Amino acid sequence: MQKTFWGYRRENGRVGVRNHVIILPVDDLSNAAAEAVAHNIKGTIAIPHPYGRLQFGADLELHFRTLIGTGCNPNVAAVVVIGIEDQWTKKVVDGIATTGKPVAGFGIELHGDHDTIMRASKAAREFLQSASEKHREQCELPELWVSTKCGESDTTSGCGANPTVGDAFDKLYASGCTLVFGETTELTGGEQIVAARCRDDKVRADFMRVFDRYQEVVNRHKTSDLSDSQPTKGNIAGGLTTIEEKALGNIQKIGKKCVVDGVLDKAEMPTSPGLWFMDSSSAAAEMVTLCAASGFAVHFFPTGQGNVIGNPILPVIKICANPRTVRTMSEHVDVDTSGLLQREITMSEAGDKLLDMMFRTANGRLTAAEALGHREFVLTRLYESA
Amino acid sequence: MIHCVLHDPEDSVAVVVVEGVKAGTTLTGLVLDEDRTITLPCIQDIPIGHKVALKDMAVGDTVIKYGIDIGKVVQPIAKGQHAHVHNIKTKRW
Repeated sequence: MQKTFWGYRRENGRVGVRNHVIILPVDDLSNAAAEAVAHNIKGTIAIPHPYGRLQFGADLELHFRTLIGTGCNPNVAAVVVIGIEDQWTKKVVDGIATTGKPVAGFGIELHGDHDTIMRASKAAREFLQSASEKHREQCELPELWVSTKCGESDTTSGCGANPTVGDAFDKLYASGCTLVFGETTELTGGEQIVAARCRDDKVRADFMRVFDRYQEVVNRHKTSDLSDSQPTKGNIAGGLTTIEEKALGNIQKIGKKCVVDGVLDKAEMPTSPGLWFMDSSSAAAEMVTLCAASGFAVHFFPTGQGNVIGNPILPVIKICANPRTVRTMSEHVDVDTSGLLQREITMSEAGDKLLDMMFRTANGRLTAAEALGHREFVLTRLYESA
Repeated sequence: MIHCVLHDPEDSVAVVVVEGVKAGTTLTGLVLDEDRTITLPCIQDIPIGHKVALKDMAVGDTVIKYGIDIGKVVQPIAKGQHAHVHNIKTKRW
């Protein structure tokens, strides 16, 4: 396996594989201005979303943590923040500024959209031109942070695409990379396997605490059971029958050797290399958005039936082992490992094929989702607004 | 050609991995963890990704895949039959 890749080293030492200048709205009201700025300054990316007003408590903290984490991600060179008023805008700006990267904030009140868009566009142009002069440099493999989450899984995910990720994760773990998986409810039926893989009793207790908490949420809100949602209709169409079966397939993503070294809250940043479990939704865009906000630079996304997800700042590499999906949705598939199911390639060869694509992607190759313009950015909400 | 795969030799179901599997076909199954093949009858058309029963199962039996419990039988299942939501249900939630 290669030991280096070409990345962008940021002011705080973290390494990214993209060089985005993003226009980040603090709230729903600022989406129009953010999109206008991105329209004015070609090559910047607006990241509109529907929230940011009247949230409170842990839900508000998660909102800020996700926005600030997105801005801090090393795939981002610089950030223009726009909010309806100055104070929450400043909170996001100050959070991103801790990385040392260029960031500027603009509040709309007392100015209106026109003036805000004009001033923010000037800042965005300067940031973009400055970012365009950044060069990739050779970086060590352990500097690459890799996340995973699967979606529109079917039974081929469990015997093909997910163990491919598992093989690659085993190899990256041994190389000292920082890795994450999550999808708390999608471990139901296999939670004992994850618990057994935890580094020590403290990590195991942390994992079981967040697992049990999520089960309690499901039990409190479910109607009859979750069989209309978990597995999803797409999962069932693909042949997955029960949550236990889906979970056992899901867990293939953490390979056979990696140890779960710690548990993260949503959008929380890991503090050391190793494999982390993030307490998170199993909805694809929510989870991938949280991975980006935690600082991950490349994402492995195995799919069976053909989830089409991307992310504005995090390259999402799709892996598929279902020969029908590979045939009918080829434009979405980065790594075809369907040969595994005909014994044409070994699991180790499949993992190496994914790692080869990871290096190519890290070095600049656009993923299928990037080429197709998939920029799903979905904030996780914990409860109602005030 | 491999028609279906099973994770563990103790599994009671296997996953069909090719399109167009018809009743009456003799299926070749790959045991993934052991890299060897088995043969079994198929008595129903089964879509790609869906499961075929490797043995007869009665209501209340536990279904095994990956060598682990994935749910319970809610309608009798014969060897070679399509095994899915119409005859298997979760034990959770």
